Amino acid sequence: MRNTKTLFTHMALILVVSIVASPVIMAILFSTQTPAQIFSYPPKFTFGTAMLDNYTTAWTQFHLGKYMLNSFIIAFAVTTGKTILAFTSALALVYFRFPLRSWVFVFILLTLMMPTEIMIVSLFEIVTGLGWGDSYAAIIIPFLASATGTFLFRQHFLQIPVSLLDAARIDGAGPVRFAWSILLPMSSNVIAALAVIQFVYMWNQYLWPLIVIHDSSMQVVQVGLRMIFSGQDATNWGIVMAGAIITLLPALVTFMLLQEQFSRGFALSQEK
Amino acid sequence: MQPVFKRHGTAFLLLLPTLFILTFFLYLPTIQTFIMSFYQVGFLGLSKLYVGLENYQIIFTEPEYRDIMANTLTFVLGSVTLSMGLGLAFAVLANEKITGARYYRLLLIWPYALPPAVAGVIFLFLFSAQVGIINYFLGQLFGITPDWLADPELAMTVVILASVWKNVGYNVVFYLAALQNLPGDVLEAATIDGATGWQRFWRITFPLLSPMTFFLLIMNTIAAFFDVFAFIDLITKGGPNSSTTVFIYAIYRDGFEYFKSGLASAQSVFLFLLVVVLTVLKFRLQKKVHYAN
Repeated sequence: MRNTKTLFTHMALILVVSIVASPVIMAILFSTQTPAQIFSYPPKFTFGTAMLDNYTTAWTQFHLGKYMLNSFIIAFAVTTGKTILAFTSALALVYFRFPLRSWVFVFILLTLMMPTEIMIVSLFEIVTGLGWGDSYAAIIIPFLASATGTFLFRQHFLQIPVSLLDAARIDGAGPVRFAWSILLPMSSNVIAALAVIQFVYMWNQYLWPLIVIHDSSMQVVQVGLRMIFSGQDATNWGIVMAGAIITLLPALVTFMLLQEQFSRGFALSQEK
Repeated sequence: MQPVFKRHGTAFLLLLPTLFILTFFLYLPTIQTFIMSFYQVGFLGLSKLYVGLENYQIIFTEPEYRDIMANTLTFVLGSVTLSMGLGLAFAVLANEKITGARYYRLLLIWPYALPPAVAGVIFLFLFSAQVGIINYFLGQLFGITPDWLADPELAMTVVILASVWKNVGYNVVFYLAALQNLPGDVLEAATIDGATGWQRFWRITFPLLSPMTFFLLIMNTIAAFFDVFAFIDLITKGGPNSSTTVFIYAIYRDGFEYFKSGLASAQSVFLFLLVVVLTVLKFRLQKKVHYAN
């Protein structure tokens, strides 16, 4: 009885897991086929003969390599900046007393209700007004502050025993030393979780880069992928699927290598 | 109460960059969106005319915008119920104590890490009328090969499926965490009393999960307003006959293709107010929800 149930669970899970994986498996298979192989009937569910061609074409002729580098620069800059700013603002909120402190915290938290995606029209005016059209500043700077990040660091700092700060002060450490040699090492878990989730979030950005970047040599890879297909019928699907696989790899590899931090991160944050 | 440093200057410096960015790139655009929603903006923003509530009147009464509202509702309802329902079912399965459970869990949630653009492109290919694998299987099994993207309802179905595939992992993670926090003794007592697995689930587990279900309902709904953009842009472009034009796509289209910033702003304000209501609800619920870890 127990064994039948276990067997049934395994079979159900294998079925579900295969269905979840099938779109990407299909994409991998067809990314290796020539147009003739893709259009053949019945379809071939095997590797085709154009793998090298399709991936090279997507990478060089459609500039996915260049777009990937752009995406990487942006995602890296935002992740680093966001982590630093969230850390410093939480530091100020927890370890300093200053006028209007709780109002500052409310001011930060309220931005959770203002998704960038909704305000694109005005944000675009502001950003182009600053002369940032077609620049990475337009993608990086508006995303550098994070209410979620500040909130998470704040929660984390509040759990750190008070005696540590006392000890640090008796030893004559100022706020900078205290933050650098005590808080920072003690926050590595929070930092890792936040960094992973922010990196994947920025890597996956689509709408905002589509709006602010018109110079195609500066475009990010998600929008670059859009440029590979032009009108459904003339599309070489093998190359498009190769592009899709190239584009998903960094996010997938990050997830697989750091899935614990990823799960912790996205269970805590709402990605802002 | 933490012992503290009392250097106001340092605190100010530490907060300055964050406050600066939040003010200029979140508060300011939000306020400007409100203001702009009362104006009619001429082509390329060359002229601005104050029109009061006219933009709102348009989005609440014109048939085109009523359709957009209905499309948004269809998408949100369809994608949220499906991805939460499947998420719960997958989580219950993966919560069984079996060997390799950890790996099954990973294999259930990974699409959540993928770029929406990739999901969009792959689904466009799978459901394409000419080369799509879905139609090959449907043809073999049932002898039908619908033209998915030419039919309004089918096109919406494809967009919903793409979004469910990509987002179901989010719900799996949260439901798994909730399932692992359930009081084991209650379930054990029920088993001793002779309750079947089915009864245990519907009478005990499901009610105990309800705070998490409400929380996820809010999070999924907020996400559904925005995350759909890449799917719409890549799979259907809002068509056929605007049948898949939802708010975020209409905001983009009106703002950046038709240059009707006023109309786009009025829609933004409407979405913003919905998000505010949902976020307030979320904060009220949050106390009742136990997070992962």
